[in-house]
Amino acid sequence: MIELEDVGYNYGGGELFSNLSVQLAPGSFHFLTGPSGAGKTTLLKLCYGALTPTSGRARAFNMDVKGLDRDQMAYLRRRVGVVHQDCRFLDHLPVVENIALPLTVSGRGLLEEQANLHELMTWVGLSDRKDALPPELSGGERQRAALARAVILSPDVIIADEPTGNVDWEMSQRLLRLLVELNHMGKTILVATHDMALIRAAKNQVQARVLRISNRQLQLAGADL
Amino acid sequence: MSALRNLILGDAQADRVVPPSGFTAQLTLFASGAMAFLCVFALALSLASGRVAHRWSEELARAATLRINAPPEQRAAQTEAALEILRQTPGVASARALTDEEQAALLAPWFGADVPLDALPVPQLIELTEADPGYDTTGLRLRLQAEVPGAVLDDHTRWRRPLVEAAIGLRRLGVVSIVLIGGAMAAMITLAANAALAANAQVIEVLRLVGAQDSYIAQAFVRRFTLRALSGAAVGVAFGMLGVWLMPEASEEGGFLTGLGFQSWRWLLPLLIPLLSALVAFVATTRAARKRLGDLA
Repeated sequence: MIELEDVGYNYGGGELFSNLSVQLAPGSFHFLTGPSGAGKTTLLKLCYGALTPTSGRARAFNMDVKGLDRDQMAYLRRRVGVVHQDCRFLDHLPVVENIALPLTVSGRGLLEEQANLHELMTWVGLSDRKDALPPELSGGERQRAALARAVILSPDVIIADEPTGNVDWEMSQRLLRLLVELNHMGKTILVATHDMALIRAAKNQVQARVLRISNRQLQLAGADL
Repeated sequence: MSALRNLILGDAQADRVVPPSGFTAQLTLFASGAMAFLCVFALALSLASGRVAHRWSEELARAATLRINAPPEQRAAQTEAALEILRQTPGVASARALTDEEQAALLAPWFGADVPLDALPVPQLIELTEADPGYDTTGLRLRLQAEVPGAVLDDHTRWRRPLVEAAIGLRRLGVVSIVLIGGAMAAMITLAANAALAANAQVIEVLRLVGAQDSYIAQAFVRRFTLRALSGAAVGVAFGMLGVWLMPEASEEGGFLTGLGFQSWRWLLPLLIPLLSALVAFVATTRAARKRLGDLA
């Protein structure tokens, strides 16, 4: 589904990592961990085409990401839902419109999607906050809204970058459960986190692989949890 | 074509993705209104100058005046001799001596209605019109010089040409002004669009993150600026047309300055200005958005 083959990435002349290879098979669940600055976020960006590798090859849905034009890249983004640590909303729009943004930009009418939208808001526990503006949300609410926005187009892959970085333990468990549910629906999940407790908590819920990026290399951190 | 359809029909939801920008919106509205207002006057000036240049060149090109400066006792004889020469001259369509009343009317603006022509050394004027083809000016002058010593032929060339040239120059200035106003408007809207795009870099980033195509993002800005330019220019044109309408109508007494208004169907021409403004805004914003989005890629 997403495949990085011997990829390397240089930031301003310095090599961040090189010769990394990873395959995200359909329906798989991966954690990506490693120290700060190791390149977790960069690796995620290579997966959804926000960055192109300086060496090697990144493929998504059997397409070379490097060769995609901007329109093709937009279509790729619709197949890969992304949850950022800082969420990134349009602060002038209420939560419900932010969550529906992928529908809006892909030309799908909101009226037809009202039922799905309501169901999704209920699923992430934000049905009573739909008219709030993003700055009015708590950290956990923002993360759940970002997750809802990432999945509203029912993408094949969901990538989350430190989704529990700014929330308490209870909320991180709640987010984990949502991600696990999505995986059980057949979605491919890749979560970057340095929260080992979260990874351990996932042990009983899902079969996940843990990838560790360290010293410019990617290693399988252990057997299936 | 679909871009034009989307531009006209719009998408209420898509229009909301870019946050409203009060100050730049008002600035764009005001600037396009002011430009349109000026454009109406430049257009009126250009059309009026064109009309005047055409009228002067048409009316005066075929007319000439013969002035008989002779002592009172010889004036009648020289006038008759001059008329006879003119009748014989090929290329002269008609010639007639002005009556005392007509000559008094010519002097009335300076001396009042009751001009005592007898008490003034006023020359006799003969009005002649040229046929097509015209007469040989040099040959006629030489013959008059020989046979009617007091006759002076004035074919109006001396003062007609600079007037017509001035009117044509004024028309050109009007056209250049319209082009410059259009260019200034395009530059202003490009700057405003660039400022809006730069201020909304984070919005663009979010839209791209959720799968928006560049055409969708660009359209959100293009539509906004095009509609602002259209509405601002519509108001500017309305005020401009009102201003032109309030100008005094063309009259003999007022001369050139009172003939600045539009005539007949030409009153419709200013109505094109808002459409052209919208077109200028559309092109300027589209180019700015493409460049900016390309730079952000």
